[in-house]
Amino acid sequence: MKAKLEEIRARAKEELSKADAMETIEELRVKYAGKKGELTAILKQMGKLSPEERPVIGQLANEVRSYIENAVETKKAELAEAKLNRQLEEEKIDVTLPSDMSPLGHKHPLSVVLDEIKEIFVGMGFEIVEGPEVEYDYYNFEALNIPKDHPARDTQDTFYITDNIVLRTQTSPVQVRVMEKKKPPIRIISPGRVFRSDAVDATHSPLFHQIEGLVVDKDITFADLKGTLETFIKRLYGEDSVVRFRPHHFPFTEPSAEVDVQCFSCKGKGCRVCKNEGWIEILGCGMVHPKVLENCGIDPEEYSGFALGLGLERVAMRRYGVDDMRLFFENDTRFLSQF
Amino acid sequence: MNLSMKWLKEFVDVGNIAPRDFSEAMTMSGSKVELFEAEGGQIDNIVVGRVLDIQKHPDADKLVVCQVNVGEKKVQIVTAATNLKVGDYVPVCMDKSKLFDGTPIKKGKLRGVVSEGMFCSVAELGLTTHDFPYAIQDGIFVLQDDPDLTPVSGMEIKEAVGLTDTKVEFEITSNRPDCFSVIGLAREAAATFDKPLKLHTPEVKSTGKSSEGMLEVKVAEPKLCPLYSARIIENVRVKPSPLWLRERLRAMGVRPINNIVDITNYVMLEYGQPMHAFDLRFIKDGKINVRLAKDGEEITTLDGIERKLSSKNLVIADAEKPVAIAGVMGGEYSGIMDDTTTIVFESANFMGSSVRLTAKEHGMRTDASSRYEKGLDPNACLPALDRACELVELLDAGDVLDGIIMDDNSKSEPVRIKFNPDWINHFLNTTLTSDEMKAILEKIECKIEGDEIVVPTFRPDLQHKADIAEEIARFYGYNVIPSTAIKGGAQGKYSARQKFDMTITDTLIACGVSEIMTYSFISPKYYNKVMMPENHTLRNSVVISNPLGEDTSIMRTTALPSMLEILAKNYNNRNEYAYLFEIAKEYIPTTPDKLPVEKNVLTAGFYGEGVDFFKVKGIAEQVLSRAGVKNYDIKADSEQFGYHPGRCAVLTVNGELLGVIGEIHPKVRENYGIGARVYCFSLNVDTMFEYAELEKHYTPLPKYPAVTRDVAVICSDDIPVLELENAIKEGAGKYLESVKLFDVYKGKPILPGMKSVAFSLVLRSSEGTLTDEQATSAVNKALKSLKNLGAELRS
Repeated sequence: MKAKLEEIRARAKEELSKADAMETIEELRVKYAGKKGELTAILKQMGKLSPEERPVIGQLANEVRSYIENAVETKKAELAEAKLNRQLEEEKIDVTLPSDMSPLGHKHPLSVVLDEIKEIFVGMGFEIVEGPEVEYDYYNFEALNIPKDHPARDTQDTFYITDNIVLRTQTSPVQVRVMEKKKPPIRIISPGRVFRSDAVDATHSPLFHQIEGLVVDKDITFADLKGTLETFIKRLYGEDSVVRFRPHHFPFTEPSAEVDVQCFSCKGKGCRVCKNEGWIEILGCGMVHPKVLENCGIDPEEYSGFALGLGLERVAMRRYGVDDMRLFFENDTRFLSQF
Repeated sequence: MNLSMKWLKEFVDVGNIAPRDFSEAMTMSGSKVELFEAEGGQIDNIVVGRVLDIQKHPDADKLVVCQVNVGEKKVQIVTAATNLKVGDYVPVCMDKSKLFDGTPIKKGKLRGVVSEGMFCSVAELGLTTHDFPYAIQDGIFVLQDDPDLTPVSGMEIKEAVGLTDTKVEFEITSNRPDCFSVIGLAREAAATFDKPLKLHTPEVKSTGKSSEGMLEVKVAEPKLCPLYSARIIENVRVKPSPLWLRERLRAMGVRPINNIVDITNYVMLEYGQPMHAFDLRFIKDGKINVRLAKDGEEITTLDGIERKLSSKNLVIADAEKPVAIAGVMGGEYSGIMDDTTTIVFESANFMGSSVRLTAKEHGMRTDASSRYEKGLDPNACLPALDRACELVELLDAGDVLDGIIMDDNSKSEPVRIKFNPDWINHFLNTTLTSDEMKAILEKIECKIEGDEIVVPTFRPDLQHKADIAEEIARFYGYNVIPSTAIKGGAQGKYSARQKFDMTITDTLIACGVSEIMTYSFISPKYYNKVMMPENHTLRNSVVISNPLGEDTSIMRTTALPSMLEILAKNYNNRNEYAYLFEIAKEYIPTTPDKLPVEKNVLTAGFYGEGVDFFKVKGIAEQVLSRAGVKNYDIKADSEQFGYHPGRCAVLTVNGELLGVIGEIHPKVRENYGIGARVYCFSLNVDTMFEYAELEKHYTPLPKYPAVTRDVAVICSDDIPVLELENAIKEGAGKYLESVKLFDVYKGKPILPGMKSVAFSLVLRSSEGTLTDEQATSAVNKALKSLKNLGAELRS
C-alpha cells in the first residue's frame, strides 16, 4: 500500500509537471485528491491494514494528499504568473507616442500680469476699486486739475461722447470718486480699460489697461511714495532691481516723478532694449496735488497722499518679450495658449 | 525741443562736462534728455580739396578727371559734375569714407580711369541749400562761394562747414513753457551744475529817427492779448543770414530763410518769445488792431492756405482785414519779400488757451502756437523785441527806428508763496535747513523776502507750497530723499464681487475655455452682421463723436459681435478649435447727459470637433453651479438674434434675464466666414452675483443605502424633458435624491409625434433604509405627476 501511495505521488508529480492549462491541473487534482480520486480509493482500503500499519500508512496518505494539493496550487500560481507575464508583454506600449491632452483654458496674458500686480498691492494693504469706463469729463479731467483749456489735454487724445462725457483716458477718475465718498485713510488701486485716440500699431492701441494707485492719510510723505513703489517694483521685477525716481510733470501731482528701472539686459550700460539710456521707464507717480484733494473735499492741510499709474500692456510686453501690442487683442489661440 | 550745445555754452559754462554726464544730470534735475547727437551724421573721412587740374576723360564724354590737393597729398577724382573750375574748394570723399547717411565710398575705376574717391553735394553732407544758400542743389558744393567759409585743403569737412555742434533733444513738460528756449534751459543747466548764468542785456543803437505816426496799435481784447509791442525797421536789406546764425538755427532744427525771418526765429529760440515781422506797406493805414475775427472773414496764411476765420479767433488786423492769426501764423500778403523796405517787428503776449483752440481749429500747430499755448510771460516781450533789433543792427539788416509802439494791459505782479521750510521737510521727509532751501530757490531766481518767496514771472508753474517742495526736491535729488514704508496698518483685500469674478474665470479655465480681451467699441454695421432686428433697442448705442474710424465708432451694447470676430480670426488662421470667453462690459445708453449703464457680461464662444449645444450648455451650467446660482429656468427661445431659432435657450432667474445659450445662426456664421458650427453663450454677471448663494454649507454624507428605480414614460414630443424632470421632482416627494435622464427614443413602436423618455430615480431617506413600499409609493407619486403632464408609463 505504501508502494502504491508512493507510486501515486510520483505519477501526480509527473503529470502535473506536464500540465499547461488550468483545466488540466484541476482535472488532475480531482483525479488524485478529489472525493472520488485515487487517494480516497486507497484510503477506503485502510480497514484491511493491521493496527500497527494503519497510523504509518495514514500519515503517509496525508503527506501525499498535501503534497498533491500544494503541487496543484503551486502549478496554478505558476501558470497564472506566466499568463500575467504574457499579458503584460502583450500590453506593452510606446510611451513616447504623443500625449492626449484635454483642452486647457488659459488666462489672457494681461490678466496673468494684472493678477500678479493686484496680489502685490493687496499684500501691501491696498483695496481694489473699479469705476465707469464711460466717464464725466469732470472726473477724468477737471477734478484732476486739468481744466478744459489745459495743454495737457492735447497729449491725451480723448474720445468724446458729448462735451461733458468721455471715454476715460486714465483710471484716475476712480480715485476722485473714491475720495469723494470715503474719508482717509485711503489705500486703493484702480485697474481697468482706458481709451485714447491713438491709431493701432505695434506699440499703440486705442484701448489699453492702466493700474493707478492712491494713498491718502495724515503725514504721508514723498519718502513713503518712494518706499512703497520700490517695494512694488522689487516684487514685480525681482529683488535686485535698481530703481530711480526722476522729476516729471503731471497736472494732478506735485512733486511728480517718473520711475525707471535699470535696464534688465545691459544693467545700465545702454543697449537696444533701453534705447541706449540704460534705464527703462516703468511708471509715473507723485504727491497728490493739493488742489485735487480740495476738489474731492479733503483738507490738504490735514491730509496728504501719493498716486501712481502704470500701463499694463507695457509690463506684459516686457515680461513675455511680446513685441507687438496688437497680439493682445487679436486673441489667436496659438498666442493665448502660451501663457 | 532741440538744443544747440554751442548756443547753450554762451549762457552757462558747461564746456568740460562730458555729454553723457550732462544728459544724466539734466535728466535727474527734471529736464529729460531724449537724445544726444553730434552734427554731421555718419560723415567720415571727407576732407576739403582744392581742384588743381581738370582734363577730359579719354573714354567718356560726360566725365572729367580732376587732380585735387587734399592737404598733404594729391588725389585723382573722376566726376560727371559740371559746376567745377580749377581753384575750387570742394568736399572730397576719400577712399573708405562715409556720407551723412552712412553710404560708404571707395576707390574705384570709372571707364578705366582710377578715381580715388568722389566729390559731394550739400545733400550728401546732410545739409540743404537753406543752410548754404550759395550752394547749388544738385551740383558739387563749392565751398569758397559762401563768403562765410574759409576752406583750407585737407581740413575735415565738418570743421570746414561748421558741422561741429552737438544737438541735445529734451522732453519738455507742458508746465515749463520757459524751457522751450535756450535761456530757459541754460537757467536749468546753471542750477543743475551750480554754475553762474551769464545773461546778456540787448542794446539797440537805433538811427535816432522816431517812428512816431507810422504805426498805431490798439488791442480790443486785452484779456486775450495782455501786451502787444512793435518796433519799426527801415531800409531793410533782405539777404541770407551769416553762417554762425544759420548754424544755430540748423542745430535747433529750424530752416534758415533770410536774415529778417531768421532773426524772428533766432529770438524765439533764444528767449522762447515768438516774434513776427510784417511788411509795413501792407498794413493798411498803419493801423494794427488786435481783435476777434468776424465770422467768415478770410486770410491766406504764410503756408499759402486760405482759411475761413470764426469769431473765436484772435487776429492781428490792419484798418480793414486780418494780417495774421494771433500767435499762430502770419498772412502771406503782409509777409517779408525781397523788395520789402520797412518792417514791423511784433513781440506780443497772447492768452494760451485762446491760441491753442485757434491752432487746433485750423489744424496748424506752429512753433509759435505751441509756445503760446502753454502760457508765456508778458515780461519777455520787450527784451525779445530789443534783442531782435540788436540783431538787425548786428547783421546790418536794416535801420532800427526809435520808439516802441505798445498797448500793455498785462498785470505781471510776481506770485508770492509763503516760505515754510518745516512743512517742506515734513512733506518730503528731508532735514534741510532753511538756508539750504534758500540756496536752491535762489539758483532758480526765486527771491526770499521775509517769510515769502517771490516767484519770477517766467515760472507760471510755481503757485503753491507743493510746487516749491518739488523745486527743493529735484535739486536736492529725488534719489537722495529716503524711502520709507507707510505708517499704520491697512487691510488689503478683494471684495466679494472681485472674488466672484475670479471664481467664474477659474471655472471657465478649468473647463478648457481661454480668456480673450476685445475692444469695447465696434462698428454699427456689426449689428447687421449678427442679424439684430432694425428696431431692436440694443441698436441704440453710445456714439463716439470723434472716432478713429467707423470700425470703432460706437460702444457695444452686446459683446457677441466681438466674440464672433475673434472666433472668425482663429478659424481663418486654421486653428482647429477655439473655446473662448471674455468678461467685459456692454454699454447701455440712458439719457444723453448721463453715463450709460455698464453691464458686466460673460460671453463665451466655441467651435471645433466634438462641440455641440449640450457641451456648451454644460459649461454654462458648470459656471452657474460653481458661482452658486441655483433655481434658474431654461426655456427654448426662437427669437434671439444671432442664434439658431431651434437651438437656443434663454435662462432666467426670478423672472430676470440671466443669459442665452445657443448655436449661432448659419447666416451669421456665413457673415463671419466661419465654416464650422459655432456655439455661444452669454451670462449677465451682475444678475448672477445678485442671485448667487455664496455661502457654502456642509450636507452630511448619507448613512443609509439608496434605492434606484427606472421609469419610462411616453408623451408628446413637444413636452421638453426639463418639464418632465420637474414633474418628477414635484411628485416624488422628500425621498427623491436625484433624477437622471438616460434615454429618449422616437420611432417604432412609439407613435409618430410621441417619444419615450426614461429616467433613473435615486431615492434615499436620511432616517433609515427605504422599504420597498416607501420607494414604490414615491415612484407612483412621480408617475401621477407625470400623468398630469400627459406622460403615460410605458408598458
